[in-house]
Amino acid sequence: MSIRGKTLYLDQLTVSFDGFKALDGLNLQIEPGELRCIIGPNGAGKTTMMDVITGKTRPDSGTVRFGSDLNLLALSEPEIAEAGIGRKFQRPTVFEQLTVSDNLELALAGEKSFLKKLLGRTTAEQYRRIDEVLEIIGLTAQRELLGQALSHGQKQWLEIGMLLMQDPELLLLDEPVAGMTPQEIERTDRLLQSLEGDHSVVVVEHDMDFVRSIAKRVTVLHEGRVLAEGDMNQVQSDPRVIEVYLGG
Amino acid sequence: MRKYTVWVSARKDRGTKWFLGGLALVAIVLPFLNLAVPQSSAFHVSTYALTLVGKYFCYAMLALAVDLIWGYCGILSLGHGAFFALGGYAMGMYLMREIGPRGVYGNPVLPDFMVFLNWKSLPWFWYGFNHFGFALLMVALVPGVLALAFGWFAFRSRVTGVYFSIITQALTYALMLGFFRNDTGFGGNNGFTDFKDIVGFNLDSPRVHAFLLVITLTMLALSYVVCRAIVASRAGRVIRAIRDSESRTRFLGYRVENYKLWVFVVSAVIAGIAGALYVPQIGIINPSEFAPLNSIEIVICVAVGGRGTLYGAVVGAVLVNYAKTYFTTAIPEAWNYALGALFVLVTLFLPRGITGLWSRIVEFAYRRGFRRESQAAIQQLELTRE
Repeated sequence: MSIRGKTLYLDQLTVSFDGFKALDGLNLQIEPGELRCIIGPNGAGKTTMMDVITGKTRPDSGTVRFGSDLNLLALSEPEIAEAGIGRKFQRPTVFEQLTVSDNLELALAGEKSFLKKLLGRTTAEQYRRIDEVLEIIGLTAQRELLGQALSHGQKQWLEIGMLLMQDPELLLLDEPVAGMTPQEIERTDRLLQSLEGDHSVVVVEHDMDFVRSIAKRVTVLHEGRVLAEGDMNQVQSDPRVIEVYLGG
Repeated sequence: MRKYTVWVSARKDRGTKWFLGGLALVAIVLPFLNLAVPQSSAFHVSTYALTLVGKYFCYAMLALAVDLIWGYCGILSLGHGAFFALGGYAMGMYLMREIGPRGVYGNPVLPDFMVFLNWKSLPWFWYGFNHFGFALLMVALVPGVLALAFGWFAFRSRVTGVYFSIITQALTYALMLGFFRNDTGFGGNNGFTDFKDIVGFNLDSPRVHAFLLVITLTMLALSYVVCRAIVASRAGRVIRAIRDSESRTRFLGYRVENYKLWVFVVSAVIAGIAGALYVPQIGIINPSEFAPLNSIEIVICVAVGGRGTLYGAVVGAVLVNYAKTYFTTAIPEAWNYALGALFVLVTLFLPRGITGLWSRIVEFAYRRGFRRESQAAIQQLELTRE
């Protein structure tokens, strides 16, 4: 199997907590620009997989490669973020006391030291990037609002926007539409579709309608392993999947 | 295209204009009323009152320093009085050596308390304090270096919240015990007093006191501008982000401990300068300045004035200290209860302090005015329709 040309490459990943195997020989590959949905019942290992990719959890064995030859297991959490992997957690955590555009500015890639931040100014190009991202996440009209004034859905988009500011190659989104209204889900749907191609996006989601509407490829995890992979119709008609997840 | 630097955004700031204007007014009017208006006049301000105001503004500068770290970065220091006292001691050492042979024992080099303790020579850490410039350097350097060392350990070990507050209390308490000892070499429980003059100017003269008040206000204004510049900069945004969610900020790739350390050191240096201005005006410095209660009082001042506004801290410090002067002369035993009650009331009813109350009043008046205007417009509309 060739590693070349993959954005993310997981091979034989195993993680166990006190004898319980959260991941059990997991294999997964993400293509550049791909939008992939990962589903699976509770305890299937979805969150653990995200934790391993972002460096929060160290696996017992296996390989994690990013791009053609970057070994993520040798990097720390901030180094992985720097390398181009952005992760959004389930609960939205934007800065409540800062404006929407300030939130985005904070997330800008680049210089992070105190003195450079104190004396430097935001360049025209950086402002353009902020405007661009505001446009993508649909919060241009809310740019001067404080984070605390946003609705739940808007906070989620802002957080996706903060990830985009770092211009990551790979975005990991943990249940991005949880708690959203149907209208908000629809907008999130369009937002994620628009990212496809420029970024690889991995979405972990429970909402089946949402998964059906956005994903071309779906991976089903079960007991720390890939149970099935393919487009939504293939996956849904797979008898094993029906047994453990969809049918249940 | 939106484009601004630190300075432009500070210039645009309305509150800053009013605040600096107010300070300038005090700096002009009070010395004038003290020096130029004859004592028989009802408008004359005594040198005693002038010195009191000077003292209030020294505490205001300390409150400003506390507000920078507490109001903007969420670091609650309950030991900031320690940096104030250290700055004060550095200035006091200069003033002691400036006395020279005019002391009670007439020793040209050793201050009186050393002669009294039978010391034969000056301890090494007293060298250089006969030079005013050296003393000024130490005023900033000693609190700054202590804050750097203390903060480096505390922030690196991720000591936050109430634990940080407790160890700052311990810090100032330990310093107080140390300075109370005669062997430490800073005059024991009596501290330093009986100063004669500062760079040749007699400290008993009303003119010198008026000048010291002007210097205090100038330094307060300068510190304010520095703090404003920091919080309005891009670094200030990171600092506020740390206050809101430290772990999230770290996750975005910021070295949170470095940011905290920088503001903590800046804040300590401002506190030290405030202490140095305090000592020549009050004429005494002793270890009670390290008392934990002093530091807590300043935190209450910031809460009363409104944390996170900078000028609120100054307003709070001046008001609380004025109340303190009033209480401690009228009903001395009631002050600590009044202070405690004030803190409870402000926390319960004025979470944004006095300045927060003010902006709420303005907002309310504005809304009412707006409503009245729109009602008038509607009536007008109906009239024309009829």
